[in-house]
Amino acid sequence: MSTPISTERETFRLSMLLNDKRYRSYTFQFFALLVLICIIAYLGKNLVENLAKAGLNISYGFLEDPAGYDINQRLIEYNSQSSHLRAAFVGVLNTLLVAFLGCVMATVLGVTAGILRLSNNWIVAKLMTIYVEIFRNVPILIWILIISSIFMGVLPQPRAFRGENPEATMLWDMFAFTGRGIYTPGPIFFEGSLVVIGTFLLSIVSIFAFRRYARRKLYSEGKVIKTSWISLLLFFIPTIMMFYALGSPIGLEYPELKGFNFKGGIYARGSLISLWFALSIYTGAFIAEVVRAGIQSVDKGQTEAAAALGLRSNFIMNLVILPQALRVIIPPMISFYLNITKNSSLALAVGYMDITSTLGGITLNQTGRAIEAVLLLMLFYLAISLSISAVMNVYNRSIMLKER
Amino acid sequence: MAENNASFVRHELIKEQVPPVSQRGVVKWVSENLISSPFNVIMTLLSLWIIYSIIVNSAPWFINGIWDAKSVRECYDILDGVSGACFAVLKERFPQLIYGFKYPSTEYWRPNIAVVLLLAALAPVLFRKLPQQLLGFSAIYPFLAYWLIWGGTPLVAVIAFLGLAFGIYCFRRFSARSFAFGVIIAVIAASFFWVLGGYLSEANETFLALEAVPSRDMGGLMLNLLLGTIACSISIPLGIVLALGRQSNMPIIKWICVIFIEFIRGVPLITLLFVANVILAFFFPPDTSIDLILRVIIMMTFFNSAYIAEVVRGGLAALPTGQYEAANSLGLDYAQSMRLIILPQALKISIPGIVNVSVGMLKDTTLVSIISMFDLVGMIRGPILATSEWNGVYWELFGCAAAIFFVICFSISKYSQWLERQLETSNR
Repeated sequence: MSTPISTERETFRLSMLLNDKRYRSYTFQFFALLVLICIIAYLGKNLVENLAKAGLNISYGFLEDPAGYDINQRLIEYNSQSSHLRAAFVGVLNTLLVAFLGCVMATVLGVTAGILRLSNNWIVAKLMTIYVEIFRNVPILIWILIISSIFMGVLPQPRAFRGENPEATMLWDMFAFTGRGIYTPGPIFFEGSLVVIGTFLLSIVSIFAFRRYARRKLYSEGKVIKTSWISLLLFFIPTIMMFYALGSPIGLEYPELKGFNFKGGIYARGSLISLWFALSIYTGAFIAEVVRAGIQSVDKGQTEAAAALGLRSNFIMNLVILPQALRVIIPPMISFYLNITKNSSLALAVGYMDITSTLGGITLNQTGRAIEAVLLLMLFYLAISLSISAVMNVYNRSIMLKER
Repeated sequence: MAENNASFVRHELIKEQVPPVSQRGVVKWVSENLISSPFNVIMTLLSLWIIYSIIVNSAPWFINGIWDAKSVRECYDILDGVSGACFAVLKERFPQLIYGFKYPSTEYWRPNIAVVLLLAALAPVLFRKLPQQLLGFSAIYPFLAYWLIWGGTPLVAVIAFLGLAFGIYCFRRFSARSFAFGVIIAVIAASFFWVLGGYLSEANETFLALEAVPSRDMGGLMLNLLLGTIACSISIPLGIVLALGRQSNMPIIKWICVIFIEFIRGVPLITLLFVANVILAFFFPPDTSIDLILRVIIMMTFFNSAYIAEVVRGGLAALPTGQYEAANSLGLDYAQSMRLIILPQALKISIPGIVNVSVGMLKDTTLVSIISMFDLVGMIRGPILATSEWNGVYWELFGCAAAIFFVICFSISKYSQWLERQLETSNR
């Protein structure tokens, strides 16, 4: 005989909202939402009252007004009559410029230092440890200020290049390192330059296509095709031929001393250079630690197994160690790139005109639109971070799949 | 029967020979570590050259350093063209670097005592081997430090502390019946105590009063340490709560935490400081004035807690699911299982991360100089370098600031490595 299980439906009582685990979470969430709404309503009420009292309102019309200030380092056309929106856009490009340069240099420095820290050369390893510890433990703002004062103090002013016996000379008559910034030759584009650039891009595409073809040949027929020489030829010959066939459509413009300053070529201001160096040296120290940890995380047995297979030492590094180490290295690396982008907002301290200095600095002070300007500023950084972390999630998922 | 009397059989071992010169001592070490390959020789020479040039260039600067001068002109006059540092600025402006330029100079002993007591209060937290009764002092310390640094009557601090203690007592008393009931009673009791005490302390403003120092007079390294310590100590519990909220299976609570954490982590600290500087005041009730230092502390705490939450979340995620299931099967409720099973293990894993974030926070306190607060860097860039006496002594001042931060941050990270080894209980 089996006793029938009572199938009587439980009736809902009010006390179950607090005592029953199934319903209690609804109660908690309801109260959390209620508290949140109350806080937001309270803050909103204060905001409205304060704005009314100060005679302010929230409007983004100021973005259309002429900015009225100059930006000395810019990638696109801009003058003081341009709108605040355009000034902000110049700032965005400047932020992205310094962030990109910083990421490249920080990676180079960090990977070099990280590998050298593992070197069996005692002095080199100790030197790199000192570099990493010193730069990691001092605030980046202090590094930015130190490097910019080195820049201004050590390098000569443009006037030192003048006269019969100048105190300073240009490097190969092409580069001028001055306290105000670095002048390098810049390209000038004449008619037909697009064709040359197009040819160059095409040849790069064809190099990749050729390598792919060679690999497929190797896998399907076992034929080894030497790719290195042909790639090298493909890289140079078509572009150079096109360049001369069209009568040298791309020229170089050299910086020249005119009056008290240099004119022509590409001019990178001292503030850009010092911010760039400071960001990359500082972040490079962190990247070095990550690279070292990544390489050390690969089991020693992997190296030994690869050696037992008869691989040479550079093959062991490239084919066995690095692919496994990269899995550990890349996720933190991407967050360091994000940090560089966020830390580039310290441009304010050296007067580099990035988005924080234009939109959050001069525009904010001139128009008094604090809430709008800071909100836009935050949205910009948020957009960058969220898109980078989306990319990172995709990457993480792709390496997770390979694991099993 | 042949007698075996071969005399060449040895009965004792030959004495161990000394290894060849190339295989021992300094020679072996040098040949293995410094000149094992042509590339290594080049690297060694290069490093030696770097070390040599750093020493040659900086040694005279340090040795010829001038410690007694009234201005940078005087320094140059004494140096007379020789390369040398002008450390006199550090000596002359020492109080400004440490306490800022407005803190009354007769009261410097107060922050000094506060720092010494800070070390005493931190000791039982940092080193578990010390008698744990000392933790009582750590609990009193924040109130004591508030009184020492800001001055005024000690009644404020005493009442704040007693109110808190009374609240906790009520919670202990009533939480046995129900957690929520205990919390509500405790909050009501503490607020009642504080409101009553508020009248009492307003009536007795001069009772045992120290000279009151307003927040805007704080400066120098003291401001950095103040911001760093307060922001870190509040943000660790807040970060743990946020991390638990993010792990929660209640969607609304989870999303509130996720949005908060991701928003804060997505923007640079400097924009949050802008918010503290120019916007936050709009969100407080009209006619209240909350001073800048408090607004900065609020934003820094938010910033730090979002990062700590991510670190703790990593620790929670690293625990095997079996731990959660074991806690459930023992019949522990959520609060008990977190307090007794999950958090002790998760926090142990996250200690290095929490320390890294906190060191980062301490370094980031220098950013307040950008919103024109006079912390260590702000003092250097503003009141010291702007004066005609010390205009242009960048190296000595920034070098000094860098050295101070290096000493603090390096010792904290060494401590965290030591703690990690102490807490290592696995058999690996």
